[in-house]
Amino acid sequence: MKLAFSIAKRFLTSGKTQTLMIALGIAIGVSVQVFIGSLISGLQNSLVDKTIGSSSQITVKAAETGNYISDYADKIIVIEGVSTDIEIVSPAVNQSGALVNSESSEPVLARGFDFSRANDIYQFDQKLVEGRLPVSNNEVVLGIDLYNTMALSLNDTVEFQVPLVGTTSFTVVGVYDFNVKQINQTWILTNLDTLQDLLSIGDEVSQIEMQVKDVFAAEELALVVETTLEDSNLTVDNWIAQNAELLSGLQGQSISSLMIQIFVMVSVVLGISSVLAITVLQKSKQIGILKAMGIKDKDASLVFLFEGLILGILGAILGVLFGLGLSYMFTTFAIGADGNPVVPLYIDFGFIALSAGIAVAAATIASLIPARKSSKLSVIEVIRNA
Amino acid sequence: MPKILELKKINKIYGENTKVPTQVLFDIDLSFEESSFNSIIGQSGSGKSTLLNILGTLDKPSNGSVLINQIETSKMKKNQLSNLRNETIGFIFQFHYLLPEFTALENVLMPYQISKRPITKEVLARANELLDLVGLEKVKNNLSINMSGGQQQRTAIARSLMNQPKIILADEPTGNLDSDTTEQIYELLREINKKYKTTFIIITHDRHIAEKADRIIEIKDGRINLDITK
Ligand SMILES: Nc1ncnc2c1ncn2[C@@H]1O[C@H](COP(=O)(O)OP(=O)(O)OP(=O)(O)O)[C@@H](O)[C@H]1O
Ligand SMILES: [Mg+2]
Repeated sequence: MKLAFSIAKRFLTSGKTQTLMIALGIAIGVSVQVFIGSLISGLQNSLVDKTIGSSSQITVKAAETGNYISDYADKIIVIEGVSTDIEIVSPAVNQSGALVNSESSEPVLARGFDFSRANDIYQFDQKLVEGRLPVSNNEVVLGIDLYNTMALSLNDTVEFQVPLVGTTSFTVVGVYDFNVKQINQTWILTNLDTLQDLLSIGDEVSQIEMQVKDVFAAEELALVVETTLEDSNLTVDNWIAQNAELLSGLQGQSISSLMIQIFVMVSVVLGISSVLAITVLQKSKQIGILKAMGIKDKDASLVFLFEGLILGILGAILGVLFGLGLSYMFTTFAIGADGNPVVPLYIDFGFIALSAGIAVAAATIASLIPARKSSKLSVIEVIRNA
Repeated sequence: MPKILELKKINKIYGENTKVPTQVLFDIDLSFEESSFNSIIGQSGSGKSTLLNILGTLDKPSNGSVLINQIETSKMKKNQLSNLRNETIGFIFQFHYLLPEFTALENVLMPYQISKRPITKEVLARANELLDLVGLEKVKNNLSINMSGGQQQRTAIARSLMNQPKIILADEPTGNLDSDTTEQIYELLREINKKYKTTFIIITHDRHIAEKADRIIEIKDGRINLDITK
């Protein structure tokens, strides 16, 4: 091993330009991988984040509409025990109705939350543009669009009317902006108690909402939650089931990213193996001499395997540096009007390590053919063709 | 004297499976005694190199057997042959064949490194001693491509001696050297032959040199034409 390695090292250092060119070839492949990979996962992450980052990813509801979940506090404890991948569990009461003041009446969805929990899902505090979140009963926060449509101001009183149930009055304590017109126009936020009182449902809730660590595992986790709760009165929904289109879009991206990476790798492998095949020809005289002196076929082939390995490692290191440099340049120069990068890159070091590892493996595999050639080279052929 | 090398009924046919097979060696029976100094002469194309390559297990005869140290080599595995060459045979080729990526000293050490034993101080000292012996103390750290033809040839000689082989096979080792250097090198080989009891088989076209050997074998058209032992 040491013998083959030291010969390989010497062969590479004695042809520095050639070595550098091959390493650069590999490096370009790796840097493209790192860059494209970071770009695509950046795109996906921002898309996923925008779509489901601030919403419930798994939701437990009553199986029949109009029913509520009792003993929700116990159920939350059970759910929290299912998996550490479930990061946030938050109860909510939903009730649609009309928000009414002297001038207008708007259809709304009142959402009652335990803000200490729900804030982790929805980041209300960051979305508040005026005022504060509700702290006591009958305080409400409105979306900016609704707030403007109804021409309200803070501390105004509005009526919330629910047909067949009753009416209660709210004090406007804050205004939020979710950047989504439909939510801004319809959601009004209050605490659990307020809606529970209005609906006279005691300590029951409409749904239990969750966020999970890996959003793509939501479907499996939802299933686990369902089997753990084992309650036929409840159903468990998840974002994947509700957003099939988004998911297939993401998968399409992943596949195209994978295809790009495979093709880059294939061209790297072909490049390296053809260059190494030429080096075997270049070095056939040396291999012949070494064999005459008694080097084993195995060691003669190891020389080229090591060449591939060294070139792979060199190329991978250079490639990762180039790739990160390229990503850095992209995030610095390709910025939108708001000063943020057009596409936020996602630098995943696991993925980068994988790309580098694949490049090293590919370079080594690419050197198998030349290694075989070297092993098969007959001494007499070389000695005779001086 | 025991026989260190023996050829029995060696035939060599090139292109056996083609339409124009050419037989180069015909029923060669030949044996060499330990620590003898032998020369092989003959016209160009008579089959000398072919014979030497078969003796050194670099090439295989079409039929017949090669015995080294009384051991039949045709049944040996490739790795066993590699070991045999590494330990018992030193080669000096007509075209010196150094590794251009390595220095003179590294080239001399290479047969030892191939044996995968650790390079000790003694081993290094021995390599340096051999380079001194062939008069290369000043250029031993030069890359082999940065040496003259004669220096390269002498490096190749030092290299062939590195593993203290019992047999040295040389194919016109002084083919491209001037007569003074040629003379020096033969003196050197003779000295080594006396000192280490190394068996030498040397191809040469220089009759003057050949006559200094203990035994002269002349090959003609693939057959032994003359075999004179002094
Ligand atoms: N691979 C081969 N295929 C066919 N014929 C070959 C091959 N190698 C050698 N020969 C022939 O075998 C004969 C002997 O060649 P060899 O190299 O042994 O001669 P030689 O005595 O060493 O000659 P020189 O003194 O020129 O080196 C020559 O006629 C040569 O053409
Ligand atoms: Mg010849």
